Formats: sequence, structure tokens, C-alpha cells
Amino acid sequence: MTTPRWEHFPHGADIGVRGVGRSKAEAFEQAALALTAVITDPEAVMPKEAVEISCEVQDDELGLVDWLNAIVYVMATRRMLFGRFKVALDGGRLQATAWGEPLDPARHQPAVEVKGATYTELRVGRGRSDDQTEVWTAQCVVDV
Amino acid sequence: MHCTGPHIQMDTSRLIRKGDCEWWILPFGKMRVPGVIYASEPLIREMDLKVYEQVVNVATLPGIEKASYAMPDAHWGYGFTIGGVAAFDPARGGVISAGGVGFDISCGVRTLYTGLTLDDIQPVKDRLADALFHTVPAGLGSRGKLHLNLKEMNEMLAGGARWAVERGYGLRDDLERIEERGRMEGATPEQVSDQAKKRQQDEMGTLGSGNHYLEVQRVVTLFDASSAEAFGIREGDILVSIHCGSRGLGHQIGTEFLKKMAVTAGRHGIDLPDRELACAPIESDVGRDYLGAMRAAINCALANRQIITHLVRQAFAEVLPRVRLPLLYDVSHNTCKVEEHAIDGERKRLYVHRKGATRAFGPGHPDLPPSLRETGQPVLIGGTMGTASYILVGARESMALSYGSACHGAGRSMSRHQAMKQWRGREVIKELAGRGILIRSVSDRGVAEEAPGAYKDVGAVVDAADRAKLARKVARLEPVICVKG
Repeated sequence: MTTPRWEHFPHGADIGVRGVGRSKAEAFEQAALALTAVITDPEAVMPKEAVEISCEVQDDELGLVDWLNAIVYVMATRRMLFGRFKVALDGGRLQATAWGEPLDPARHQPAVEVKGATYTELRVGRGRSDDQTEVWTAQCVVDV
Repeated sequence: MHCTGPHIQMDTSRLIRKGDCEWWILPFGKMRVPGVIYASEPLIREMDLKVYEQVVNVATLPGIEKASYAMPDAHWGYGFTIGGVAAFDPARGGVISAGGVGFDISCGVRTLYTGLTLDDIQPVKDRLADALFHTVPAGLGSRGKLHLNLKEMNEMLAGGARWAVERGYGLRDDLERIEERGRMEGATPEQVSDQAKKRQQDEMGTLGSGNHYLEVQRVVTLFDASSAEAFGIREGDILVSIHCGSRGLGHQIGTEFLKKMAVTAGRHGIDLPDRELACAPIESDVGRDYLGAMRAAINCALANRQIITHLVRQAFAEVLPRVRLPLLYDVSHNTCKVEEHAIDGERKRLYVHRKGATRAFGPGHPDLPPSLRETGQPVLIGGTMGTASYILVGARESMALSYGSACHGAGRSMSRHQAMKQWRGREVIKELAGRGILIRSVSDRGVAEEAPGAYKDVGAVVDAADRAKLARKVARLEPVICVKG
């Protein structure tokens, strides 16, 4: 049984984010956590406030980049960090709720700012885990 | 958490060595021009194979002239290698590429004089470090002191550092020591999205984070006495350098146009070997829109460094009231500029992309201010907080070798993740303090990721640039105080 998880993978000057889940939506949620983890420990972000985020996902891969960039934009303009995400994918549309709180530099100790998600190492795909259940992966490199 | 993807090193058997520090990839497949990598043998052996791939990919783009270049600090980038230089002719269907400029449009370095020596700084070092840290906003979430309404934002995007000086940030004399005299012509603020402007609202005059920094430095070695004299620097001088770019606005423009170009490339008949190489014909709506927006972002970066300069002068005034900090020079290393260059004896107007590469115009270039024209352009190369930075001068030969371009820094030798596992921020700070270098940072983890050991040797990069005749070494600087976000 696939356990949803997030990972980082190395890329020269920047950092790769990867989400793994039982569905595409779950992989996108985990990729978003991986994005937060570039900045701070997602567990340290309190889910005090909910923000709705939506974008078009005509193409899975461009859609992942747009999803992550939408989060980057909200983080930047609302000065917030997010530690929990719920994504729904319906047709060509992504509708999500992100839970988080205002950035507190002393407590969150943000390591870097994410400038944007890129098309480098961009992959959204489906495979089978060892026990033959479906596993989805969503990844790309983010510029910091 | 686990990492994947081993670093695959350059295969030098695929290269033809044409000089001590010059390696060619002869055109094959869809390449329209050769690839040329400037690097010493040890540097090229260490380069990742992606550099080869990216240099080759850029060489396939329409309208490319002469060669697809890589500088001695080249490493894996987005579409273009970081340390990549390429120029395109609009008359031959040439392209402009958002990936060839990057997410931090016009990121760059500026260096100020102080007229001080270490003896002047030592007694007040801690106070000065604190004053700089509390005066210049740095780190994620930091707010700039200047909030612009839409009209002011558009004026800033059109006016750059010149706008900032007119608003009281800095001196008129600063402008001639900035590329483009502080104002990039041809900016179109209306092509900059509302989102990009919104993202910038609180960020004017902020340093950013990651590898951005503000550093008080000491000139420890001079390599070229006459250029040093022309630049007004002496051994023992204390200088101040600021490394940052166009902040949220630049990042948002990069993000938006990367997508637009990726999506429309097919429509323009461009076969993208890599989606990240997203580009558009210069003579297309997307191409023109991007050019105008990118120029606006250049102005944003120039204005930003101008405001930070003003803040640095304020911080110094708190601690050392009579000190003046004139500007030596301000360089940008992520841009696309329209320049005239000689191609087979003919002068052509080309769109020169420098991605993680610094302009390095040689002696006599008309774009240089009269005070520096005979000598050549100062090329300011950032190092790490624990090692050194360098000042070079553009070499006459660089115009023909690389469109007047040189390296921009050292590049990382290990990932952020590895660096964080290897070092603790507090220990790095303590170790550097023991060597007389004061660090002020909002994030210990940020310091660990930027630990000096995580970077390659900038000295080797600079030596190679010198031997390749791109830019000549003038001075080596070592850090005394470093503020990072």
C-alpha cells in the first residue's frame, strides 16, 4: 500500500521537489508539502487559516508547475506558509485548500525563498508499487 | 527523504581542445553553430554532463550567431546552462528566451568604496554588522520600507536606478557607474502583469535570500596595478558589495513568460529540444512582450540595488558618520541585451543572452563611462561568505571570444540538502567569527545551505576566465561582515 510522502532530490544550485501518492491529486498535495519543506519544516506550520487556490490543469505536467507557482504566489503576496493541502482534480481544473499561517521568521527560520517552479526534471506519472497498487509521482525542480 | 540522480561528469572525449582554456563541441545533428566552453582542464572535468547537453541544445535555436558559449563556472541550469551566453540575429529568425535570462532577471552585484581600512572597521565591526542587518531588510518575508502605488510602480519599471535617484535614493553620480547608466531603455511596464507588480509591492529595497548577500570586504591582493589604480582600489581598502536581483517581480515575469513561450513555441515553428529552453522569435508578439517586460525587470533590479545602496549608506552613517560610499560599478548577470557585435567583419545588432554570466566589455567600449572607458569594465565576481570575491576587468579579446562576457561566481559543489546535513548554521557562523568574519542572518539553515564548503573554488573559475582572456584579474577581496537573508 503506497504511503503518501514527499521527497527532495538534488539539482545543482536549486532543489527538486517530489510528491508520491495513491492518486494524482495526492501526489500534487505531497509535492506542495515538498515545496514548503524547501523553506521550512511543514510540521512547524500551524493550520490556522485556509486559503482556496485554483488553476487550470489541461496538461498534467504544466499543471503541476502552475499549481506550485500558484502556491508560491500566495505565499509571497500573503506572506504565509502552508503545512497542509487538499487537492481536487476535476476535468481540466484543480481546486485546492491550503492550510497555514503567517510567516514568522523567528519560529519558521525560512532557509530560502522559492522564486518559481521550473520545467526541469518535470514529470507526472503513474506506476505500480511493489504490492501492485497504483502510485502517482509528481516532481519538478524549483528555483531558489 | 532520499536523493536521486548521480552527478554525471563531462566526457571530455566529446570535446576538441582549441586552447589552454577553450573547448569546442563541433556541430552535429541540429546544431547550427559550435559549442564553446571556456574552462581549465580540472574545471571542465568537474562540470556536469548537463552543461554539454544544454550548450548543444542552445546551439540548435534559430538565428544563433557564432557559437553557444559556456563560462568557466558553467553548471546545470534551466534550458540554458548557468554561465551560458548566446546571441541571436532577429534578421535571421533569431529568438529571445525567458529560460536564457532566468528567474532572477538582472540579478547582479554592485560594489561601493568606503575609503576605510580594516583598522577603521575593527573597533566598530559588531555595531556596523548590526546596523547593516537592521537597516537592510533581508530574508523571506522581510518587508521593504518603500511601498509603491501602481503609478509609482510603473515609473520605477520605466526609470530604474535613475527613478530611484530622483526619489532621493542615492546620488546622480551613481548612475554613470551602472550598466545602461542606471536605466534600461525600452521597458514596457504595461507588459508586466498585475501579479508581478503585486508580488513586488512589499519588496522594494530588500535583499532576498538564498545566495543573495550584502558584504563588507577587504582588498587583500592586487593582480593588475594599473587597472586597480584606474578603478580606484588599493590593497587594504574596505569595499561593500551587494548581490541581489529583481525580487518577486522578476521571478513572476520569468514564471509567466516561460509558460507563454513553452506553449507558443510550436506555433512559431520552433522545435524545442527541452521545454525549459522556451523561447519565441524576437519578431513575434510574445518575443516583443517579453523583451519589454524583461527590461522593466532589469529596471526593478537596478532600482532595488540603488535603494539598498542608500540604506547601506544610512547604516554606515549611524556608525561612522563621516564616511562616503561612492559607487565603483554595478553589473548584472541574467539579462538579454541588444548589442552591436562584429560577425565575420560585419557589425550586427544581436540579442545577447547572458545567463549567470557577467558583461565584460573590454577597453575602449563606448558603453563604458569616460572614467573607465580606457581600462575596461569592472567585472564583479561574488564568492562565498567564507572565501573570497574578485574584481576583474573586461579583456579586449572578450568581445570576439564571448560577446564581451565572463563568469559570475563559483557555482555550488553540493546540493542544499547535502550542505544542510553536513553543516550546522551556528557552527559555520562561529567558525567564521573565529576568522574575523561576522555573519548576520535570519536563518541558521540558510547559513548552512550557503556554507563556504558547499561551493566550488571561485579562484579556479576566475583564473580560468583570465587565462581564457575573457576578463583579467584585478583584485581579490575577502569578507569581513556578511549579511544574508
